[in-house]
Amino acid sequence: MMEILEGSHAVAEAVKRCRPQVIAAYPITPQTHIVEALASMVADCDLDADYICVESEFSALSACLGASAAGSRVYSATTSQGLALMFEVCFNVAGMRQPIVMTIANRAMGAPLNIWNDQQDSISLRDAGWMQFYAEDNQEANDLHYIAYKVAENHDVLLPAMVCFDGFILTHTYEPVDIPTQEEVDAFLPAYQPVNILDAKNPMSLGMYATPEYYTEFRYEIEEAMKRARKVFAEVGAEFGETFGRDYSGLIEGYRLEDADVALVAMGSICGTVKDAVDEMREDGKKVGLLKIRSFRPFPSEEVKAALAGVSTVAVLDKNISIGQKGAVALEVRDALYGSSGAEVLDYIIALGGRDVRKRDIRAVVDLAEKGIGDQFYGLRTEVL
Amino acid sequence: MALRVGCAAPPGRAHDNKTGSWRVFKPVFKYEQCVKCGLCEVVCPEGCVYEREDGYYVADYDYCKGCGLCAEECPVDDIEMVQEEK
Repeated sequence: MMEILEGSHAVAEAVKRCRPQVIAAYPITPQTHIVEALASMVADCDLDADYICVESEFSALSACLGASAAGSRVYSATTSQGLALMFEVCFNVAGMRQPIVMTIANRAMGAPLNIWNDQQDSISLRDAGWMQFYAEDNQEANDLHYIAYKVAENHDVLLPAMVCFDGFILTHTYEPVDIPTQEEVDAFLPAYQPVNILDAKNPMSLGMYATPEYYTEFRYEIEEAMKRARKVFAEVGAEFGETFGRDYSGLIEGYRLEDADVALVAMGSICGTVKDAVDEMREDGKKVGLLKIRSFRPFPSEEVKAALAGVSTVAVLDKNISIGQKGAVALEVRDALYGSSGAEVLDYIIALGGRDVRKRDIRAVVDLAEKGIGDQFYGLRTEVL
Repeated sequence: MALRVGCAAPPGRAHDNKTGSWRVFKPVFKYEQCVKCGLCEVVCPEGCVYEREDGYYVADYDYCKGCGLCAEECPVDDIEMVQEEK
């Protein structure tokens, strides 16, 4: 049913329909409205789940880890410094192969303290072994939760997943969202079937230590599971498309890329602005397109390589920076194209800490890319330096 | 031992976690001064020092971590910590 909802509430409605049995979260802007809504649902008996109030994000994800190890479907949400406080637990969740789904309301990392949007928080956790899916709009943010649970709980994967959507830009924005019925979601997302659980009748230790003789092989298995997640995501996304009419079979999405000379690469809500800018530039005769990356982990290297095969210039819009190097997305794109493409890959650090990006900014980036000027902070205010 | 998803293990599998390659020094029981007091067995934190049929003591090197407590506590200095050959 189509409803006009704030992004956070659209996500809460999606989570409710996924029937999590345990929710543990600590409120932090701009994620707060998600967990407030879920807490209300639990209090009003609209959602049959245990909502665990905790004193920190470290405890929130630790509680989720324990609940998941006991066989429950589990949910959490956080952002920015909250995610940073979960850092240690994130690695344990992935290593213990617990398919927890967590929403990240993307927000800048301090210092300086900043509550607005960029993608530094989740990008900084890219090596933890969690899948990461980025939503362009609130419909996608809603839909990706059903898909994330189904992919994460697939026995060929069994890895946790972050569904990332941009703080404020999406979390606090009202948009029409088509919310599936509970019956439709139940038909799409079966109950969680754990492989190993904590059970007094069948004693089992989870999260054992591994000596040097075994540790490497455990890490290898996580990597192999992440590789398998590519195929599983595509299959589940296609199944979602057949069921609900919105296709998510692609880990990437191309927009007017067919004959493009210049390709912009981006993740999240900025893609909407880029699409409008691309349309305008196309009207002006510029051969420009967008490559939207939906899945950052697993990273769809082969798909990126194929999508950018005929492009001469690639302009990556990075809402993050790996300090001392470049933006993380640009590094991934360069790696994907290495040895197979003569395309110039240029990186633009943009929209940090909530700085607004307009269509004119996208056009300016394309102008810079066509001149070969890149690998820079876009829109730097030199007057305040 | 085959790996199990989630680093999971049923009870008793600690026996599978042998010390492996990371021990630096191992205790060598010389049996020159040994008085069979058994203190080495008492202090071994791994519980891997045991009494042989002849009354002398020996460490099970599959589980010994090379901590050196037995050599340190031996009242007659009959245990020598020797660097592992790599």
